[in-house]
Amino acid sequence: MKKELITGGEALLRSLINEQVDTIFGYPGGSIIPVFDALYDHQKDFHQVLVRHEQAAVHAAQGYARSSGKVGVCLVTSGPGATNTLTGISDAMLDSTPVVVIAGQVSSAVLGTDAFQEIDLVGVTQPISKWSYQIRSAEDVAWAVSRAFYIASTGRPGPVVLDFTKNAQVSQVLYEPMKVDSVRSYVPYPKPNMDCIKEAADLINRAKRPFAVVGQGVELGEAHKELIAFLEKGGIPAARTLLGLSSLPSEHPLCMGMLGMHGNLGPNVNTNECDVLIAIGMRFSDRVTGKLETYAKQAKIIHLDIDNVEIDKSVPVDIPVLGDCKETLPLITELLNENCHKEWIATFGDLDKIENEKVIEKAVNPTDGPILMGEVARKVSEATGNNAILVTDVGQNQMFAARYFKYKLPHSIITSGGLGTMGFGLPAAMGATMGAPHRTVCYFAGDGGFQMNIQELGTIMEQKCPVKMIVMDNSYLGMVRQWQQLFYDNRCSWTPMCNPDFCKIAEAYGIPSRFVTDRSELDAAIKEMVETPGAFLLSVVVRAEDNVMPMMPLGASVCEMILE
Amino acid sequence: MLMEKKLYTVIVYSENIAGMLNQVTAEFTRRQMNIETLNVSSSNVEGVHRYTISLWTTEWLIQRVTKRLEKKIDVLRAYYFTDNEIFMQEVALYKLSTPRLLENKQVSKIIRHNNARVIEINSAYTVVEKTGKTDAVLSLYKEFAAEQCVLQFVKSGRVAIVRDANVNLSENLFDEDVVRSKVRR
Ligand SMILES: Cc1ncc(C[n+]2csc(CCOP(=O)(O)OP(=O)(O)O)c2C)c(N)n1
Ligand SMILES: [Mg+2]
Repeated sequence: MKKELITGGEALLRSLINEQVDTIFGYPGGSIIPVFDALYDHQKDFHQVLVRHEQAAVHAAQGYARSSGKVGVCLVTSGPGATNTLTGISDAMLDSTPVVVIAGQVSSAVLGTDAFQEIDLVGVTQPISKWSYQIRSAEDVAWAVSRAFYIASTGRPGPVVLDFTKNAQVSQVLYEPMKVDSVRSYVPYPKPNMDCIKEAADLINRAKRPFAVVGQGVELGEAHKELIAFLEKGGIPAARTLLGLSSLPSEHPLCMGMLGMHGNLGPNVNTNECDVLIAIGMRFSDRVTGKLETYAKQAKIIHLDIDNVEIDKSVPVDIPVLGDCKETLPLITELLNENCHKEWIATFGDLDKIENEKVIEKAVNPTDGPILMGEVARKVSEATGNNAILVTDVGQNQMFAARYFKYKLPHSIITSGGLGTMGFGLPAAMGATMGAPHRTVCYFAGDGGFQMNIQELGTIMEQKCPVKMIVMDNSYLGMVRQWQQLFYDNRCSWTPMCNPDFCKIAEAYGIPSRFVTDRSELDAAIKEMVETPGAFLLSVVVRAEDNVMPMMPLGASVCEMILE
Repeated sequence: MLMEKKLYTVIVYSENIAGMLNQVTAEFTRRQMNIETLNVSSSNVEGVHRYTISLWTTEWLIQRVTKRLEKKIDVLRAYYFTDNEIFMQEVALYKLSTPRLLENKQVSKIIRHNNARVIEINSAYTVVEKTGKTDAVLSLYKEFAAEQCVLQFVKSGRVAIVRDANVNLSENLFDEDVVRSKVRR
């Protein structure tokens, strides 16, 4: 290939094209203008999305990445542009989302002089990213971009930051495309250890009460079929973490529901009843384990994970199976005896009955009183044929939506798990409409979180993103209020909130909307939302003092869930 | 046993690039683990730096931190050892007053008894060097100090080599098949 003399900024764009990037979320500014100038000549090569705040650029890239399986890309300026991305970078780190954030930087000659809009971005992002690198010369661009995409997307994915000095953007380079496909210090896909695979299979074959706990690793590894084959052959009941909800369809006979603080009773209680616990692509988050001292102590634990750091991190493991679960699951399945564990599985049903009667029925089929978040979530899910992608914000709305949505297809839940970022949902949903243009994207938010990145209504309007926005108006920072009620003597400090007319805000952006307070109007409003092409806002006044149940209080064991 | 506090020595190999030291120490900082000694230098492998870090902590923590270090992009290997698993040495320099040394016979006796080496003498000061374990190096300082002849004192962080006859750290640096470290199972 003939080398061509181009600027570093142009080299960046060629390198992005080389990585098959088709969408960029960004916001311009002084020290990244040369790249935006180069973008002017690439209007056909990229879908260029001008967000309204850099935090939203990263969340949108996350939504794009999680709905498409591709790497999300952001382009921002130095200083405040760069610091505005920090929440998104942290969120992507904790939730293993592949994004590449490219930020402008002052010229290398003035680095360290407190130049206008200079911050030490590499220094600041090293602890919250998978890799962070400063590009100081145009010669470095092709290599750095390719390495960034390689690192972001392989192994356990994560965010990568490229800090691009202005002199490197404008100087000339004899550009040649490059493909980095190995880094000698980095083993993204550890080779499975066959001894561990055999030990794991033996243990499962001898188990009387095996139980699989499944996380986002299955989604990231595209191991959905491999998981089902494993579970079905071994007759193993399974439950999913919040981030892994669509790794196994809700209606699969071996799917026992959701784990965690607000998960289902059966899987949580039976975590402390099983004899072999098989963790697959999940990281034993404290929101899943509750009190570690009493977590699954009776069980032998097998842990399948791609990341060695997760093995033994908080839960001691009997058999580690390091590797990509798409590879390790079939190796174990191969060695499994066919089994069904009927009686054991029935115990989940018994617990389900209790939860159904005490919690679920009341949450999704109330007959009087104000509308409840649970019923809205279930109705919206059903109105989309349970085929939609659920994007949530954080709080009660998140837990109710996650619990009462049903998941049929892979990559159907996008939520901020590890960081619990309010304001994540709206931009993430916007990004998801671009990552998965053929799917319906439903965004559930609280009145608090909706207002934390509400400016993105502008981007949604401009880009015509068909986001179905469901805002649950309880006039409270509800999840905090719930804790105040349960653990702080109902002293609702700083949680009541006075809200604007959300429909009027939508109207200003030309987004159709419906305001619902009465149960009798709910079905029709949801139907209208689903049938209206494009974006739609459904503002629902819900019961102000509802609580998400069941709940594993902080410091309690998985088997100590409270139901009401 | 995992929770007993001991002095651990962590050996890290990384690419020789700007910002690595920050990344390595950040893993300790975020847990407020206080580094006792730190020695960073080029290794026998070109382009690879070797860090020797010592600190008081528990096996439970050091195991987890070492794994996280090794996970970092551009960190090649990370290991941890207790003192009985390594040979370790520190270098100390003592700048003594030459007039004090000449008037007090005890000072040269101390130098001889401790197998220390004189590496510079002039009319103003004498520089003595001693290599040894932390205790030896520090107790020599105390002996000199008792004679009130010390003008300056410095000691290095530890350097350490693994005792086990079968361990050849630098040879395995790029070898994927080798069990990556004791913390890898
Ligand atoms: C950025 C950020 N700030 C604060 C919090 C703490 N927090 C968690 S849930 C919550 C309340 C959310 O209120 P709202 O968005 O109205 O949702 P609701 O719980 O009422 O459904 C708060 C303040 C957070 N998770 N993220
Ligand atoms: Mg609210």
